[in-house]
Amino acid sequence: MRTLDARDAQPSRLCRRRFVQGIAGGTLLLGAGGLFGRAHAALPKVLSGSQFDLSIDELAVNYTGAARMATAVNGQLPAPLLRWREGDAVTLRVTNRLPVRSSIHWHGMIVPADMDGVPGLSFPGIAPGETFVYRFAINQHGTYWYHSHSRFQEQTGLYGPIVIEPRGGERHRCQRDYTVILSDWSDVNPEHIYATLKRQSDYFNYQQRTAGDLYADVARQGARRAGADWAMWARMRMDRTDLLDVSGATYTYLMNGSTPSGNWTAVFSRGERVRLRFINGSSMSFFDVRIPGLRMTVVAADGQDVEPVSVDEFRIGTAEVYDVIVEPADDRGYTIFAQAMDRSGFARGTLAPQLGMQAQVPRLDPPPRLSMADMGMATTGAAAMADMPDMPGMSHGGPATPAPQHDRAEHGPGVDMLVDRPQQRLDDPGVGLRDNGRRVLTYADLHTLGGAIDARDPQRNIELHLTGHMQRYMWSFNGRKFSESRPLLFRYGERLRIVLVNDTMMTHPIHLHGMWSEVEDADGDFQLRKHTVTVQPGQRLSYRVTADALGRWAYHCHLLYHMEAGMFREVVVAANADAAKP
Amino acid sequence: MTAWLRRAWWLFFRLAISTAAIADDNPLTGAAEHVAPAPPTHVIADVPYPQMAAMMDMNDAGRLGRLIVDQLEWRDGDGARGGVWDAQGWYGNDYDKLWVKSEGDWPSGAGARGRAELLWDRIVTRWWSLQGGARYDFGGGPGKGWAALGVHGMAPYWVDVEATAYVGSAGSLAVRFKAENDLRFTQRLILQPELELNAYSRPDRARSQGAGLADFAAGLRLRYEIRRELAPYLGLAWMRRLGETAQLLRGQGGDPDQLQWLVGVRLWY
Repeated sequence: MRTLDARDAQPSRLCRRRFVQGIAGGTLLLGAGGLFGRAHAALPKVLSGSQFDLSIDELAVNYTGAARMATAVNGQLPAPLLRWREGDAVTLRVTNRLPVRSSIHWHGMIVPADMDGVPGLSFPGIAPGETFVYRFAINQHGTYWYHSHSRFQEQTGLYGPIVIEPRGGERHRCQRDYTVILSDWSDVNPEHIYATLKRQSDYFNYQQRTAGDLYADVARQGARRAGADWAMWARMRMDRTDLLDVSGATYTYLMNGSTPSGNWTAVFSRGERVRLRFINGSSMSFFDVRIPGLRMTVVAADGQDVEPVSVDEFRIGTAEVYDVIVEPADDRGYTIFAQAMDRSGFARGTLAPQLGMQAQVPRLDPPPRLSMADMGMATTGAAAMADMPDMPGMSHGGPATPAPQHDRAEHGPGVDMLVDRPQQRLDDPGVGLRDNGRRVLTYADLHTLGGAIDARDPQRNIELHLTGHMQRYMWSFNGRKFSESRPLLFRYGERLRIVLVNDTMMTHPIHLHGMWSEVEDADGDFQLRKHTVTVQPGQRLSYRVTADALGRWAYHCHLLYHMEAGMFREVVVAANADAAKP
Repeated sequence: MTAWLRRAWWLFFRLAISTAAIADDNPLTGAAEHVAPAPPTHVIADVPYPQMAAMMDMNDAGRLGRLIVDQLEWRDGDGARGGVWDAQGWYGNDYDKLWVKSEGDWPSGAGARGRAELLWDRIVTRWWSLQGGARYDFGGGPGKGWAALGVHGMAPYWVDVEATAYVGSAGSLAVRFKAENDLRFTQRLILQPELELNAYSRPDRARSQGAGLADFAAGLRLRYEIRRELAPYLGLAWMRRLGETAQLLRGQGGDPDQLQWLVGVRLWY
């Protein structure tokens, strides 16, 4: 067992300067009297049963050395773990003690539309001082989470895990069971972060291409190729380092509410099976998660049991959930390492035989860069492709899908890029994870047990393009922001296919409320059931939806500031959908 | 072919191992059981977008503002010195913005002279917006009003371009072209080259400005972003008066060529 000082754990000098690792412990300041308390136990507070009282309130926190106000549930950040049982009916009395309206959405839960917690669609929201009573039956099991659906309250701390015990008991017996909720904390007011992105969208990116990078490329590839490559990106006015809009320049990444220095720790005894339920509760971050020294067996995705698959690493998109089982054989600490997709920082915890143990923290990988293939743009012919270095995506490419039809609005001023040759690439782990020497999970590895919930073939297709303009920081579906769109109409009872084409250079986690997204494989067969589907740049993927949930639903990108900027649609499920809306 | 086979075999092998390692302990746990949710008991009425946005606490059509003082500097050299400013501010939504621009100089021992513009900015294509409005020149002679119409946008290679035509009283015309770019040495050390051209259809002797291509200015500023919003810089500004304007200046004993060093700070909010 090697123990390390927390200072040694910092992976590089550059990183130390720009990425806020947080102060040890990440204390919560409890009470108005300035009473200091270490509220961060290793285990989250658990609430179980069928009756719950949740109180949303402000909470003074200090993650970076500066005191800030967070949004918390029952004084907890993350919010308490809710343990439910499949088959139960639960009642949750949620009281809003904030000075502004609030809400709670049960992410991934199949609930009646008026219990879904989206203000404006499900209900009017919870006014200050008001209590809203959520009641619904639980007919599913697995790991889920809950969060505010009001403005930026999710960014300031309103998120927590949900674990539902299967009716027949857990499929995999484990001696230890932990939820691991990853998040991104900023001392900056999220209203200001959003305004900043609108004013200067690359504000948080401190990994942009420099003269030094160009020089290094020339040395590596020769002046002609490096120059051609640089010129192509500059001509398009695209930034190949733009992986996450908000980075470690302002974020401190948290694991179960602990900073990297705070080192959240899960205890095990040698030989035990440990189930780790990873939830990405962040607002704007994708994490690449690994536990050096341990293989992780993924047993569930978005709460849905999958054929177990053993990997070294997985990428978890915002709002996605992966359950893994690990079996640590040695009596030592193991670092749970979750680096942000842009490598601007990491969340970190430890799996250890006892509290206080630490293991080596890996260095951050080098910041990845997007390739032309990432953007489905390697279309200018073989000569141009031969000129293009760094095209690892091509090896995962396979045949291009049919040429997409772009909506008229996509040619408008709110869209900076169109993809003409999107690719399915379910077996592509994504930018920065290809050929890294580790076995990395892809969607192609995930097969939901028990098959689809509905054997019917889809009766129709709805094609939606994920669109945006990075520099203007406008985000939309089919070039239309939410304010410019009409609801998508699903006929009650129909089985339909949604085809998503990502016309941007960002990776978007797309979440349909109320109904499952059943992702199809390359042959159009059922592959994977999810509530949040990550779509990579230039990717085209499809999933089936059974419109069995009457009512008005939210459908959006789960990157919080993309949603706020317009990447949101209303879905209406009605018996007579044509008559449901004008 | 063999590579494909190897890959398939490897995947099969991996799957076999992993499946063996974590077997189903409890095969009774259900497969694909799905229960549709009950219909909602309460349905909230559909309302127009502004009301809905207010209820949702979400608004993609909101308005914001920004103020950028791109140049606030002291110049010295070739027998002249003084302060120079170049600032812009806007307020509006994604599509339409009210845009205010001002630039000018304040030569040592003389009054400020410059211009202010009030424009409506409308994005029209992927990279370009139209700007139209009014311009007012002040200092160095009687005030002068213009109507303005131009484009502002991002040209290929990340070049920020403003090209504006002005119509003054009695039909005089002016054209202005400005381009600038950011070249990064590091994440915080940034070189900003800038070019500007001005042309006029009629002379304005009070301002020592002739007809035709009047001046060409090039700037080179090396800034260090302490924060993105706060960047002190050093640089050079080279100004060359052309044609009739150069003649007018020579007539007054001035040098149409001027090279100055400069120091300043770039600010925005």
